[in-house]
Amino acid sequence: MADKTETLNNPFEYAPAPESRSVVDIAPSYGLFIDGEFTEAADGKVFKTVSPATEEVLSEVAQAGAADVDRAVKAARKAFVKWSALPGAERAKYLFRIARIIQERSRELAVLETLDNGKPIKETRDADLPLVAAHFFYYAGWADKLDHAGYGANPQPLGVAGQVIPWNFPLLMLAWKIAPALATGNTVVLKPAETTPLSALFFADICRQAGLPKGVVNILPGYGDTGAAIVAHDDVNKVAFTGSTAVGKEIARTVAGTDKKLTLELGGKGANIVFDDAPIDQAVEGIVSGIFFNQGQVCCAGSRLLVQESVQDELLDSLKRRLGTLRLGDPLDKNTDIGAINSAEQLARITALAETGEAEGAERWSAPCELPTSGYWFAPTLFTNVTQAHTVARDEIFGPVLSVLTFRTPEEAVAKANNSQYGLSAGIWTEKGSRILAVADRLRAGVVWANTFNKFDPTSPFGGYKESGFGREGGRHGLEAYLDV
Amino acid sequence: MSEKSEKSEKSEQNRLSVFKTYKLYVGGKFPRSESGRVYEVTSSKGEWLANAPQSSRKDARDAVVAARKAFGGWAGKTAYNRGQVLYRVAEMLEGRREQFVREVADAEGLSKSKAAAQVDAAIDRWVWYAGWTDKIAQIAGGANPVAGPYFNLSSPEPTGVVAVVAPQESSFLGLVSVVAPVIATGNTAVVIASEAAPLPALSLGEVLATSDLPGGVVNVLSGRTAEITAPLAAHQDVNALDLCGADEVLAKELEVAAADNLKRVVRPQPVDWSADQGTHRLTAFLETKTVWHPTGSLGASGSAY
Repeated sequence: MADKTETLNNPFEYAPAPESRSVVDIAPSYGLFIDGEFTEAADGKVFKTVSPATEEVLSEVAQAGAADVDRAVKAARKAFVKWSALPGAERAKYLFRIARIIQERSRELAVLETLDNGKPIKETRDADLPLVAAHFFYYAGWADKLDHAGYGANPQPLGVAGQVIPWNFPLLMLAWKIAPALATGNTVVLKPAETTPLSALFFADICRQAGLPKGVVNILPGYGDTGAAIVAHDDVNKVAFTGSTAVGKEIARTVAGTDKKLTLELGGKGANIVFDDAPIDQAVEGIVSGIFFNQGQVCCAGSRLLVQESVQDELLDSLKRRLGTLRLGDPLDKNTDIGAINSAEQLARITALAETGEAEGAERWSAPCELPTSGYWFAPTLFTNVTQAHTVARDEIFGPVLSVLTFRTPEEAVAKANNSQYGLSAGIWTEKGSRILAVADRLRAGVVWANTFNKFDPTSPFGGYKESGFGREGGRHGLEAYLDV
Repeated sequence: MSEKSEKSEKSEQNRLSVFKTYKLYVGGKFPRSESGRVYEVTSSKGEWLANAPQSSRKDARDAVVAARKAFGGWAGKTAYNRGQVLYRVAEMLEGRREQFVREVADAEGLSKSKAAAQVDAAIDRWVWYAGWTDKIAQIAGGANPVAGPYFNLSSPEPTGVVAVVAPQESSFLGLVSVVAPVIATGNTAVVIASEAAPLPALSLGEVLATSDLPGGVVNVLSGRTAEITAPLAAHQDVNALDLCGADEVLAKELEVAAADNLKRVVRPQPVDWSADQGTHRLTAFLETKTVWHPTGSLGASGSAY
């Protein structure tokens, strides 16, 4: 950081604007949240959660094992009897309380999420937290209107929902899982990701403040084996998972032959299609938000840029210029655009895939930026001269890496966009309305953004085609996953 | 304030209570009637409760101007935001619960516990309608599979300014049940309070004024129902009428007048205010807009997936 004299000599020297950490009080240790109480794991196991930006240990968290899963499912089963029998209007009021408390505590939760996840405070403050509160607010309103939701009269809940969520939007994914489950009268056992357990544990405290009956929400931090135990538990009626396609397939195998209802939100390799008549500056902003929002650790990221050949040079020049202005660094700095990669493991995966891209002959370019010396960082990167056969065009990288391919005709764009095992999201950039709709009609993707990207709203259903999973979260459609219909 | 409750207040606190001057609620402000008139409001037992403003034709017209002015802004807010504001109304009502229990008990001659049940149900009804703001389009609108290469989407939009004749008997639960659905979808309202029991409605104005609801979205008038409703039914800048609280003869007269600019009209019918209200009062004041757009064609080739 510049000293005072230097700042005077150079008035445009960057001055950091860090958000205060003092708004959040992280305890040195946290237990599992079962039946309304924080408790140690039966086998006493704990794990540490670190700040990916600094590698500082934030807290030590109890690690749920099979015995804890069983206790939590029993608590949820017991709570289900009364919770599901409550009038919808009463369940609604609990959820409205939760929504309001989240709004009240949103700055605290935003700072917490940024610390535990590594994403910029700008995103947790302006995207994650407002969406979390809105999601609870929206589903609160459904709790007493289920008869109107289009699933017949008096639709019934499923029972105990086992929910396993990822680390990229920890609290938002919790909201997507818990809000519709509770609104429809289910009780839940939720496992947050091992690298980001804290916001879910703070949510447990919000349940306490809201007076939510014990056992309705149970939070079990842990690793993959904890999730597997929840999914496999005999007394779980519903499994909801957001994460990798590989794990999703494993879960599908686990629940095969049971009565468990399953919804999966898995990987993606979203195509962002830019036609020659697109407003270039607007498209560049959309491309940047599409792949560099949350360091590209977004299942619906626009990780494949399909640009019409005639505008490729112009677009790439603008894009590179724009990437040069992104500010990478301290996630708590309000000006930071690119935060830390969530874990050393994820950083290694991104690094390996980027190396494969180079080895296979794609051309690598990274924005010139200095990486901090501690923590997990990856500079915004793009690959040009990419073909459909390249690994970086096929595999989900889940990092700030964009693969650029070209096309000449709309037909070719659609064919290339659909040439993927995934089908979660897509973007279309053109001034021509009929082309937007014609292309959207042909895309095999669950969400299509036109002249925008990465827009989310609790009223809008989200979910994938093909190996991006099945089931929808959000909107009226999101109720179906938790109803016996 | 009834004699009885005044007595108990004195014995409890040994002080003379302060009466409230009940006023109209128009454009976010609390005016008296421009006519300077008031009328005596009594409890169901005939005890004097207050002097309520007796609104004039001019007050009604002023209320329409305020409602029209507020319409664009209110209809233009996101459904989510309207939901937040309506929920805020419920929060404010909860805080004033005791006051409304007293007013409803006095107005309707109910025991305290029965009045409390009415007020609780009314608060929950606000919550129910708060939840509808961002859902009604999802059940009243949708994509239409037209037989051609067109995107075709129907969406509900608010009708505009709605004059609401509040129920005469159910001074608070009935009132809430006719006001909330009108504004939930983005309409603005001119509400004519129950003639004999206007005080809960006038107090509701005080709640709305402190609930982030923009001024003019709800305007509350008290007075002689027939006198106030006639100019509203004939008003060219009113788009719809809920005749809930009009008697048969008045309702017919008003519906005839309303035909002049084809106001949407909900006729009076017996309603069990304690029951689930369904979506009728939401959809009654919505217009359906359908947008067509060609989807173009990419030709026969393309993806095989």
